[in-house]
Amino acid sequence: MQQIINFVIRNKTFLLFLLLFTISLTLTIQSHSYHRSKFINSANALTGGVYGTFNSIGKYFSLKDQNKILVEENKRLRNELFNLNKPANTSQLDTTQSRRNYKVTTAEVYKNSYSSTNNYLTINKGENDSIKEDFGVISSKGIIGIIDNTSNNYSTVLSILNTNSKINAKVKATNHLGSLEWDGKSPYFTQLVDVSKFAPIKVGDTIETGGQSAIFPKGIGIGTIEKFETDISGDTYNIEVKLFNDMTNIGTVYIINNLDKEEIINLESSVDD
Amino acid sequence: MTSFSGVLSLRFIALLLAQVVICNNINFLGYINPYIYIVFIFLFPIRDSRIVLLLVSFLLGMLVDMFSDSGGVHAAAAVTLAYARPLLLKMSFGMLYEHQSVKFSNTDIGSLITYVGLGTLLHHFILFSLEVFNISNILLILKKTLFSGIFTIILSILIIVLFSRNKK
Repeated sequence: MQQIINFVIRNKTFLLFLLLFTISLTLTIQSHSYHRSKFINSANALTGGVYGTFNSIGKYFSLKDQNKILVEENKRLRNELFNLNKPANTSQLDTTQSRRNYKVTTAEVYKNSYSSTNNYLTINKGENDSIKEDFGVISSKGIIGIIDNTSNNYSTVLSILNTNSKINAKVKATNHLGSLEWDGKSPYFTQLVDVSKFAPIKVGDTIETGGQSAIFPKGIGIGTIEKFETDISGDTYNIEVKLFNDMTNIGTVYIINNLDKEEIINLESSVDD
Repeated sequence: MTSFSGVLSLRFIALLLAQVVICNNINFLGYINPYIYIVFIFLFPIRDSRIVLLLVSFLLGMLVDMFSDSGGVHAAAAVTLAYARPLLLKMSFGMLYEHQSVKFSNTDIGSLITYVGLGTLLHHFILFSLEVFNISNILLILKKTLFSGIFTIILSILIIVLFSRNKK
């Protein structure tokens, strides 16, 4: 017993080092598996407060760009509205009958990273604004990611620029499905894998969300095909997708809540049983 | 003693804020960021206990991790650097360290560069290995270590030289 105590006292620095290193290693490994509950994330009052303070200064520098993006989006929406065949001003006869499928919330981006291999964004909406895990996040140009952790006033978003991210997507012209991943190299390109070899794709085709999961609605833009090649197995294409979004410059985002999500998940799990 | 730990905690907060608010957003050429918070570990008083240094480095790394959502990679790298510090000091300062008379404010710049350079490369290698977490991407790890490392070394030396008080 005496010897054990002596051993501990003699090597206390090394043992403490081992202990601390093991703790950090465990946290690292946890962060590499998707949706494991994490204790260390930037969705808390301390980090949110600090980022909020500095964001309120920094956001003035990008005001011009953000305005341009807003005008672009307004133009697109106006175009869609004016070209709708339905007369826009006919009021709903019975408002109780109309049902919304999606609820949209806006949020400001407090922190955005794209240089690491596992990137997260921090936004200024949280549980108090009924934001929950697994809500989709998009910008006016295309998808951004999925809500990962939430606190009362802040949330972190698992960016599509994250090697753990896997999002259902399809080729717009042909409806062939695949899954969107990232290889960790360039913040302007992601990879669409598992697309059937029989899909007649060509460079420049649009890629959009597939609507197979309950997170994103169908048809939100992702990017265009930059180049593609056959997988080593020879059955599927690996497509390099150039993103519509400039992930290095994001000011405001929309959070999408699919109101039918629980119903869909319940239905799917009952089928599995 | 109280004013001394006051200086230390002020340095701790200043470096942490500078890291998460400024340096994490530089993204030079898309992926090169300096990690200047390790200056705190370099400049930690040599006579203070190693246990304290290990604990404080862990806390500093953990806070940087919390701000940048990176799991525990900064904590692991910072703790390793803190543990390896006596070895690095011995390698770069030699006899001066043996006599416990190293003063960072008036050492010759060559030894200082060796000390900061070796420490930075060790810290960055562990940091990026854990961050990428894929040994088949070893080239990516080495590339990030080298470029971010150069950036960090230059900034760290500048900070150490500029902020050291010359007592003459």
